[in-house]
Amino acid sequence: MAPSRPLPRPTPETQHFWDGTAAGELRLQRCRACDDPYFPPQPFCPRCASGDVEVVRASGRGSLYSYVITHRAAPGFEAPYVIAEVELEEGPRLLSNLLDVEPDPEQLPLDLPLEVTFESFGEVTVPVFRPRAS
Amino acid sequence: MSTSGVAIVGAAETAEIGTVALSALGLATDASRRALADCGLTPADVDGIASSGLSPYLPSFVAHSLGIDARWADATMVGGCSNLVHLRHAIAVIETGQAEVVLIAHGESGRSGLGGPLVLPGPGAWQGQFELPYGTVGPMTLLTLGALRFLRDRGLDRDALANVVVAQRDWAARNPRALRRDPISVDEVLDSPVVAYPFTRPMCCVTTDAGGAIVVTSAERAHDLPRPPVHVLGTGEATGAAMASQMPDLTSSDAFRRAGAAAFADAGVAPADVQHAMLYDATAHLPLMALEDVGLVPRGESGAFVAEGHTAIGGSLPVNTTGGGLNYTHSGMYGMYALQESIRQLRGEAAAQVEGVTISLTHAIGGMFQSAATVVLSTEERP
Repeated sequence: MAPSRPLPRPTPETQHFWDGTAAGELRLQRCRACDDPYFPPQPFCPRCASGDVEVVRASGRGSLYSYVITHRAAPGFEAPYVIAEVELEEGPRLLSNLLDVEPDPEQLPLDLPLEVTFESFGEVTVPVFRPRAS
Repeated sequence: MSTSGVAIVGAAETAEIGTVALSALGLATDASRRALADCGLTPADVDGIASSGLSPYLPSFVAHSLGIDARWADATMVGGCSNLVHLRHAIAVIETGQAEVVLIAHGESGRSGLGGPLVLPGPGAWQGQFELPYGTVGPMTLLTLGALRFLRDRGLDRDALANVVVAQRDWAARNPRALRRDPISVDEVLDSPVVAYPFTRPMCCVTTDAGGAIVVTSAERAHDLPRPPVHVLGTGEATGAAMASQMPDLTSSDAFRRAGAAAFADAGVAPADVQHAMLYDATAHLPLMALEDVGLVPRGESGAFVAEGHTAIGGSLPVNTTGGGLNYTHSGMYGMYALQESIRQLRGEAAAQVEGVTISLTHAIGGMFQSAATVVLSTEERP
């Protein structure tokens, strides 16, 4: 059997995020003091250190900020594949993969509009993105 | 922090680089023995030691192997810039008398993997949750992540990456120890096999077994030693984002900017005073980012600066004169080899010697932009 994809193991600080992906939601956190949404998950604001934060559901819309098309196989991946930096509509960026698009620079202009979808691997569901009509 | 009083008095790389029948520890101690011989000192003269890599106890291993009884040790592990950070930390302890002679040693079996495994972050670490699940496989998929955005933002295309390779390959042709020495054209670079688009193989560093070591002491004691002292004018270090994918700006490293600014402020010299630079180049876009972020060229001008030949042989600011990590050597943590070349240029003994270098800058990245350090070295003591 081919080696499988490295899967995340939630910690208490990130559990809400992974509960969200399992429920088909992309969740961010927002600081009530400075009103900024942030990622990765942690129980206080990375800008002002306030603990007055809430979990918010992201729209799931974003755009292609940057990427590489790697030509070396990795566990659980067949090369070539795209590793994409996605900028969410709300501001935060996160790393992900792209579905439903060829790993071809011609098909992947920067700022390409994207939307989230989810892929499940056993008990874990990870957010991935695909092109959307702008 | 004044750093006027400290000098590098001994320096050496391992006798061999490339594929070497030595473990990581063996490479570090081979380089250490040669660096001590270089300055006429013995392990008994050393009372401080710094080394980092796979084990948090590496200073003890190096000390044990060489018979050193250290009273100060630094195992700070911040990736490829660790040895620059060790140098910065050593200055403080020498100036306060906590140690008199510090050995900074590095060895890595980067190609052969002798002496230790590669350790990946666990599945519960931030990287394990938010990067590794997407198929990141180390530097070529993470250092490179912002490169397309960098090129777009600066109005450049992939030629800008190839230009870096071409200029450095010409330097490598003058370095008999370099692994990649054949001249190469922009088209040949672009037409080479893709590693991680937009990067082709020549835009990514070689992988070697190698080591290096330096011996540091007070400028006062340096006068009694045989080699021309290389004075440390200034140093800076900085932390960056915890993950490459969470950098505030993927086209510019805040850690590079802060480390560079701190080093110039400490040194009391300006970027225009730098005559030679070693800019850590695991991939071809890093020297472009470093040129801008350290302040050697204004933001947005690095591509043109390289294209116009300023960093090449005969240029106004020779950069990566060994051929760099792209062509000479890269064992995983490259900072030591960058330092070694700055030292050689200031001593006037480099394979591709630049005439009249009195100030050289070494800049290194740690991890995937998680850390950075900058060092300004000179033939002259700080006034």
